[in-house]
Amino acid sequence: MRYSTRLRIGPVGFRVGSDWRAPIEQLDRLYRDYPRPDDGIADFNVRLFAARPWRRFVRPAVMIGGDYTIPDALPLPLRLGLLAAEMGMNLQMALAQRRYLLLHASAVERDGKALVMTGVSGAGKSTLATLLMARGWRFMGDEFALLDPETGLIHGFPRLVSLKNESVGVVERLMPDARFGPLLPGTPKGDIRHVVPDARAIAAMDAPAQPALILFPRFGFASEDRPVLPSEIFVRLTQASSNYVAMAERGFDALTALVQSIPARAIDYPDTDAAVALVERLWGELA
Amino acid sequence: MVEGKQKRYARVPLSTLRIVPLDAMTLIYHRASGQTHVVASPVPELIEILDETPRDVAALLARLTEQFDLDDPDEAALIARLDELSDIGLAIRS
Repeated sequence: MRYSTRLRIGPVGFRVGSDWRAPIEQLDRLYRDYPRPDDGIADFNVRLFAARPWRRFVRPAVMIGGDYTIPDALPLPLRLGLLAAEMGMNLQMALAQRRYLLLHASAVERDGKALVMTGVSGAGKSTLATLLMARGWRFMGDEFALLDPETGLIHGFPRLVSLKNESVGVVERLMPDARFGPLLPGTPKGDIRHVVPDARAIAAMDAPAQPALILFPRFGFASEDRPVLPSEIFVRLTQASSNYVAMAERGFDALTALVQSIPARAIDYPDTDAAVALVERLWGELA
Repeated sequence: MVEGKQKRYARVPLSTLRIVPLDAMTLIYHRASGQTHVVASPVPELIEILDETPRDVAALLARLTEQFDLDDPDEAALIARLDELSDIGLAIRS
């Protein structure tokens, strides 16, 4: 393709090609400190291309493709090119990742142990993980936690944090020195702004962690927490995994081992301070 | 169509199943289909009383009553459950 870049996020290497320069320039700026794919070979290819040749110039519309494509996906306007690139990388992972069981979750690490947070869009997984990073936890990712069926360890996938709506302002105030992408207003999920994880998250991205606690956060309710039974954890995590079925028995084994070995709690929180306090308390109770 | 009471049921080879009891629920991975079933009682008990040799409903009901202290054995309900298991490949109906 006309423009391209290569980068590695955790154990996964990507090559992103584009008909336009701008999305690649933005990726290169934001992923500046990330490594290249091992041996230069990408696991997944992402292509950002014009639906018709003239649409490179006339109302440019970015189609997302790659090794795997969703037919009939709607293109995004070029001003959302960075979002298209991020969506393209997520899409390849969701459709084609077979080495790890993908959990649609954010994860942070402390003392070699991982806290995994999962929930529906808007539950606060990205925001919570970012707040915890600002408090000294190692950020492992806000979109996918990769469960290794061989070892039971969680591998990080610390791509750019995708902040949405109110959390954009919260994190801008909390981390004024962080490197932010452009504000992308009016996306299908509202306003989005990407922020680069801190240097520690990038430097330690290859270090897996032993899972220790799973949380199912829910934003907008009075503070409360309740334990979650292993069978409910199992069902929720299969729903939160895009490759559980494709992983077959390896996925079943990995997930049953996980839900039998670590506790999980559903937490409600009214605001971010309450959430962080709740997480710290529950984490402290593990010891 | 075989009358309910004449139907016989056998279990699928245990090597084709992964059974993981968790809490009130039990997980069953069915290797032949790649499907995961999340089941509650009496499904694990039913799989336990089935043999690789097909048995009729009366024999299975007697075994179930004996092993699990059933107060109120219900043949029609047993047939319905066994048929459901057969339909998803967790039992063999003949």
